Amino acid sequence: MVDLAVRVGGLALANPVMPASGTFAEGLERVVRLERLGAFVTKTITSELRAGNPTPRVAETAGGMLNSIGIPSKGVPAFLEHTLPFWRRWKVPLVVSISAPTAQGFAELAAALDLPGVAAIEANISCPNIEADGHAFAMDPAATLDVVRRLRDATRLPLWAKLTPNTGAIAAIARAAEEGGADAVVVANTILGMAVDTETFRPRLGNVMGGLSGPAIKPIVLRMVHQCHKAVSVPVIGCGGIASAEDAIEYMLAGASAVQVGTATFLQPTAMTDIIDGLDAWCRRRGIACIADLTGAMRGDDDVLLAGAAS
Amino acid sequence: MPALAAAAEPAAAVDLLAPVIANDWVNDEYKHLVLEAGAPACLAGAGQFFHLLCPATGADQPFFRRPMSTYRADEAAGRVEFLYKVTGRGTRGLATLRPGDRLRMLGPLGIGFSLDATWRNIVVLGRGVGLATLAPLAAMAARQGVGVTAILSARSLAHVMSVSAFNEMGARTIVVTDTDGSSAPCRVETLLRGLIAAGRADAFFTCGSNRLLELMQRLGAEHGIPGQVALEQQMACGLGMCFCCVRPFREGGREVHKRVCWDGPVFPLEEAMGW
Repeated sequence: MVDLAVRVGGLALANPVMPASGTFAEGLERVVRLERLGAFVTKTITSELRAGNPTPRVAETAGGMLNSIGIPSKGVPAFLEHTLPFWRRWKVPLVVSISAPTAQGFAELAAALDLPGVAAIEANISCPNIEADGHAFAMDPAATLDVVRRLRDATRLPLWAKLTPNTGAIAAIARAAEEGGADAVVVANTILGMAVDTETFRPRLGNVMGGLSGPAIKPIVLRMVHQCHKAVSVPVIGCGGIASAEDAIEYMLAGASAVQVGTATFLQPTAMTDIIDGLDAWCRRRGIACIADLTGAMRGDDDVLLAGAAS
Repeated sequence: MPALAAAAEPAAAVDLLAPVIANDWVNDEYKHLVLEAGAPACLAGAGQFFHLLCPATGADQPFFRRPMSTYRADEAAGRVEFLYKVTGRGTRGLATLRPGDRLRMLGPLGIGFSLDATWRNIVVLGRGVGLATLAPLAAMAARQGVGVTAILSARSLAHVMSVSAFNEMGARTIVVTDTDGSSAPCRVETLLRGLIAAGRADAFFTCGSNRLLELMQRLGAEHGIPGQVALEQQMACGLGMCFCCVRPFREGGREVHKRVCWDGPVFPLEEAMGW
C-alpha cells in the first residue's frame, strides 16, 4: 500500500496532484472522478468584473500553448453564489486563486474569502497578462514581500504564493514570499511569449503577448522549482508542463512537495487521475512506501539521498 | 425526443478510443469519417460536437484537440460520423486515418439544436462546412414530424455537402451555388420570403456563413420568427474550463461573452453577433 498523502502549505492532501488555476472548472466533472484529486484550485477570481482579453485567446506552439485569456471574472458575489457551493459538494480541499491590481486589493479579497469551504488562498501575484508589459508583483522581491505580508495580515487561511517564471531572480522572489508569511510557493505561472501569423502579419493572440505553457516549458520550470526548493523551507508546488506520472516524479525529485497539472488536462481530460494512478504504480514498482519521501530526493546534488529508493 | 432531452440536459460525455470504420473522400475537399462508438457517444444530439485528438503526421503536429460537429450519430449501429473539410493541421491529420486505426474522441459535448413542439415547418439554411452540422437537425425534425426546407449553399455543385442526407430525411432541398449566382444573399432572401409567405417558416436554423446568419436575423426580426445558429470558435479544452472560445452575444440589451463549447455551440439566432 503506497502512501500518496502529502502535507503542503498548511494542508493535508490525499495525494500530490491538483489542477493549475485556470484549467479547471465544473465541466471536468463530466469525465473525471473529481473526488480523487489531491486538491481543487479555482480559476483566479478578482473583486473587479473583468471581461477578459480579445480573441484569439490561445495559440498552439511546438509542444505547448500560448494563452492570453485575461482572467475574466464575475466578481466575488458570483463566486459565493455559484462557484463555492458547487465545489463544497466534495470533501477535497478547495484552494481559491485570487488576483488584484494592488496589494491592498489582494488583502481585501483574501479577507473576504475566509469562509467555510475555502481551504487555502493561492495568490496569483504572477499572471503576466494583467500588468502593463507583463509586469507583476512577483517580478520584484520587494513588491512580493509587501503583497504577501499584507495578505498574511488579512487571512488566517493557508496562503500560497504563485510565482512567475518571468524573472531572473526566482530564488530571491521565493525567499521574499516566505519572509512575507507564505505557507507555500507555487512555481510557476506561464512564461511570457508571443507568436506571429506569417500569412496575415498579425499576432496569433488578440492580446499580442501571452503565457506559454505545456511540455515545452518543463525543463525551465523544473530548474526553478529546484532553485526555490534550495532557497526556502516552505513547500514548493511544481507547475509547468506536467503531463505524466514521470513528469510529476521528476518535479518531486527536484524539490516539489506537490504538483499542479494544467495544459495536459486540455489535451487529455483524465490527465490528473491518470497521473495519480501512475504515481501509485511507479511507487509500487520502486518499492517506495511514502511518496512524500521523493521531495528533493534528486541525487548528485549536495543534499541527502533518499533512503530506501536505491534499487 | 432524445435530441430535445440532450439540449436541455447534456448527456454524459466519454473519452474513448474509437475504431475507424471508414474515412473516404467525398470530393476534392471533404472526407467522411465513420467511427465505431457506443453509448453515450452514439447518442449525440443534433448540433453537439466531439473533441478529437487528431493524429500527428510528419509535417503536422497539432497540439490541441479539434472540435468537430457531429454529422450523424447512429444509436442502432453504434456509430458516430463526421464530414470534414481537409484544411489545416488537425484535419490533415484526420485525413490520414485508415480503417482499423483508432481515434481518441471526447464527447458528445455542448448544447445542440432543439425543436419547439409548436413548430410544424422549419427552414434550414447553411453553407460550406456548416451543412454537415445541420444534417442531423433534419433527422431530428423527421423523427418529430416537423417539415424541413433546406437551402444548401456552396461554391459549386461539387461542393454542396449533405444533399443526400437531407433528401433521405424527407427534407425539401434547394441547392444554391456561387457558380450560377443563386447563392447571392438577395436571391436567398427572395427564397426565404417565399417560404415565410407559404407558411413554411416557423423557425430558422443556420450555420456556416456570416452573411446568411445576418439575413436570417433580419428576416426573423421582421417577421417574428425564432431561430438557432450553430457557431464555431477555436477551442482548447472543449469543457468550459479555459474560456478561450468565447464570442460576444446580445443579451437583454447588453453585450456578453459566452463560451461556444459550454453555452453552445447552438445559440438563439437573435443573440448571435456576426463576425
